Amino acid sequence: MIKKILTFVCASWLATSVVAEVGEVQLDSMAPDMSNTTSLQEGLSTYMDYCAGCHSLGHARYNRVARDLAIPEDIFMENIVFSEDAKFGDLMKFAMPIEQGKQWFGVAPPDLTLVTRVRGVDWVYTYLRSFYKDESRPYGVNNSVFKDVGMPHVMLGLQGLCSEKPAAEGKTLDPLTGVATEHGACISQDVAGSLSTDEFDEVVYDLVNFLNYMGEPYQMDRKRIGWFVFAFLTVLLVLAVLLQRELYKDIKH
Amino acid sequence: MTHDGVNQGRRRFLYIATGAVGTVGAVGVATPFVKSWFPSEKAKAVGAPVKVDINGLKLGEMVIAEWRGKPIFILRRTKAVIDYLRDEGLRSKLADPDSEVASQQPEYVTSDVRSLSEELLVIEGVCTHLGCSPKFIPELEPQPFDANWQGGFFCPCHGSRFDLAGRVFSGVPAPYNMQIPPYRVDGGVVTVGEGGA
Amino acid sequence: MSKKPAILEWFDRRLPVTSAYEKHMSKYYAPINFNFWYVFGLLAMVVFINQLMTGIWLTMSYTPSAEEAFNSVEYIMRDVEMGWLIRYLHSTGASFFFLTVYLHMFRGVLYGSYQKPRELIWVFGMFVYLVMMAEGFMGYVLPWGQTSYWGAQVIISLFGAIPVIGDGLTEWIRGDFLLSGITLNRFFALHVIALPLVLALLVVLHVLALHEVGSNNPDGIDIKKHMDERGVPLDGVPFHPYFTVGKLPQVVLFLMVFCGVLFFMPEGGGYFLEHPNFEPANSLKTPEHIAPTWYYGAFYSILRAIDFPIFFINAKLGGFMAMAGAIAILFVLPWLDRSPVRSWRYKGWMSRTAIVMFAIAFVVLTYLGGQPVSFWNGVVAKIGTVIYFAFFLLMPFYTKWEKTKPVPERVPR
Repeated sequence: MIKKILTFVCASWLATSVVAEVGEVQLDSMAPDMSNTTSLQEGLSTYMDYCAGCHSLGHARYNRVARDLAIPEDIFMENIVFSEDAKFGDLMKFAMPIEQGKQWFGVAPPDLTLVTRVRGVDWVYTYLRSFYKDESRPYGVNNSVFKDVGMPHVMLGLQGLCSEKPAAEGKTLDPLTGVATEHGACISQDVAGSLSTDEFDEVVYDLVNFLNYMGEPYQMDRKRIGWFVFAFLTVLLVLAVLLQRELYKDIKH
Repeated sequence: MTHDGVNQGRRRFLYIATGAVGTVGAVGVATPFVKSWFPSEKAKAVGAPVKVDINGLKLGEMVIAEWRGKPIFILRRTKAVIDYLRDEGLRSKLADPDSEVASQQPEYVTSDVRSLSEELLVIEGVCTHLGCSPKFIPELEPQPFDANWQGGFFCPCHGSRFDLAGRVFSGVPAPYNMQIPPYRVDGGVVTVGEGGA
Repeated sequence: MSKKPAILEWFDRRLPVTSAYEKHMSKYYAPINFNFWYVFGLLAMVVFINQLMTGIWLTMSYTPSAEEAFNSVEYIMRDVEMGWLIRYLHSTGASFFFLTVYLHMFRGVLYGSYQKPRELIWVFGMFVYLVMMAEGFMGYVLPWGQTSYWGAQVIISLFGAIPVIGDGLTEWIRGDFLLSGITLNRFFALHVIALPLVLALLVVLHVLALHEVGSNNPDGIDIKKHMDERGVPLDGVPFHPYFTVGKLPQVVLFLMVFCGVLFFMPEGGGYFLEHPNFEPANSLKTPEHIAPTWYYGAFYSILRAIDFPIFFINAKLGGFMAMAGAIAILFVLPWLDRSPVRSWRYKGWMSRTAIVMFAIAFVVLTYLGGQPVSFWNGVVAKIGTVIYFAFFLLMPFYTKWEKTKPVPERVPR
């Protein structure tokens, strides 16, 4: 009897909680792939082209990124690093001073090393593709994921500019490429971009993939070591069980 | 409780096997603790090779650079100095005139005057006694510590003396020649901390 | 018995080495019917040692200043060799420390391990828990992320609810007019040195108190009532090796679960390492969602459940008192249980129901602690709070009234 009452209460409460959650922005899924070095390299390239002017990656070091992304030092220093006195072992602290950022954008552009750990890859992926035209904002754009964001639509040239706020989006994930195949329908564009929707999605995918790497560069090591540890613990478990059984023969009387 | 021979053997085996595997595990657990004490990326970045431009360095002049927190003396030696370094009278006063102690220079620095090219001395300005930085005294005049001083390095802390190839004199507290760091020269730039053939 | 080696003799004459070993290990007789619930004390100790070791190592690379703390944690994660593993061991360990301790405490509830003559063991244990709560709270502040900062802000301002001395007290705790690097620095000292020492001392006292009386068991039988001619309980076996080496499989299984989280989901789904904490502390920007770490969830729920004034006590003070009361009442559990039997196996249906409901309420309240405020969440939290307190406040009555089953003299085989 008590069990029945409890089950009923739990079920109805759970039901109402779920209903309360809807009303937040629906995010597109993005499945990161740390083993895809090409994607990571593309992402790094995009980051340095479009983001590094304002957003630093101050917890990361150039040499580690070069090593993990299989880019030789000389090519890296020539093509990726645009600061003259930066050394290969330095932290990736570029971008504008805080005061300037506050002046131009209202708030200093944040460091993005850990952005995917704070917001999640889905959020960043959706955010970067959700700018739309909004004359009332200082830079003429707004974002359906981050309302009244201070950031301009830096990749406007690639994506184009959506004329108005897109409809609420759905989550669909292409199982083969890991890229979302639909995003909120942008009914019309004010400015056309140089890339198609799919091409732009791929650019953003690579960028977010790179940022995911940035958030935790050692994640591949972590998982690899994890498997070793499991294998070891299994062996130890077998021995421990055998030893315990042998020992407990003493007590069986 | 029974303790017949078979059981004891199996028990001992299991104890040893589990103990051995457990020890492997303990080593595994100790690994991150031990590894974390090695120089971090930050230390390695700060300790990275240093490039020094010596295009403006005149004959007889010395410039001091810094690498891994140590002063690096870079000296352009005159012909007279280089000749004197080979003088038997000087060599007889040195503890290790032929630089036989291998740890004090990279294996690719084989010249008798302890440098890649005769003229340019690249040496750590650290006394091999207790780590003070010796003074560069190139003048050929009598000194309080040596009436017949022919130029070299003098350490003020305990009086050790070295010639202008960093070789230590006999009868002083310092045991070894001054250390030659890994280095290479490309045109007018010396890279300290990196070297090879 | 073989003769002692000479070197051992030398020590034994100067230090009670062999006698201590025998008293606490090889001749400490534990009940033969120890079950799964009895492994959590040992596991908690394993985790405690992990926290101490990894904590010391983290201190080697961490900088306890408001300006550098966050950076130094990322420095540990990226620049220090295998620093990320040491950090994850510490953060995962913190959550597992609470998990094992909660299960360890629940074992005490199930089997009446707090009943006479073991009241002091329970009280020492409760102090361990209290110190752990402080230790965990201060540890979480150290990375100086958004949750660190705002969580500290909320908890410290709770003390402002205390009438008369509240405001002065919060300023004294902070050491500043606002939460700052000064607070961080003192929390660092307490977290790294003071509280671990206190914790270690309390754990020693806890175990000494236990060994003085002897362990309880799932049937609540007193095994010392039936001893053989040598004074060895008939239902007892030496702690070492049967519950040391003998518990190795359970320890390994626990390590597998622990390593599963550690290597494959160290953030614990956002519950062990909360997402907002990967953003540096910003005193001008409050995160949308401030939740304490999961292990404080139940008490946080109780705090929030009192959102109405009670007579002359306002909601803030009422909530604070309810939360403090919820922790305090745990201390007096040994004196609330009036049952003639220890273990729930022999208690009446009222106690058994109460224990189950309490467990469910605690889990639900813990979950709610991380959820945003809403009408239905509030309703459930209030129900949970009532069940939580009813478990204790009604206990003197239902444990006395109910019909219990007879407890066997010897452990059933």
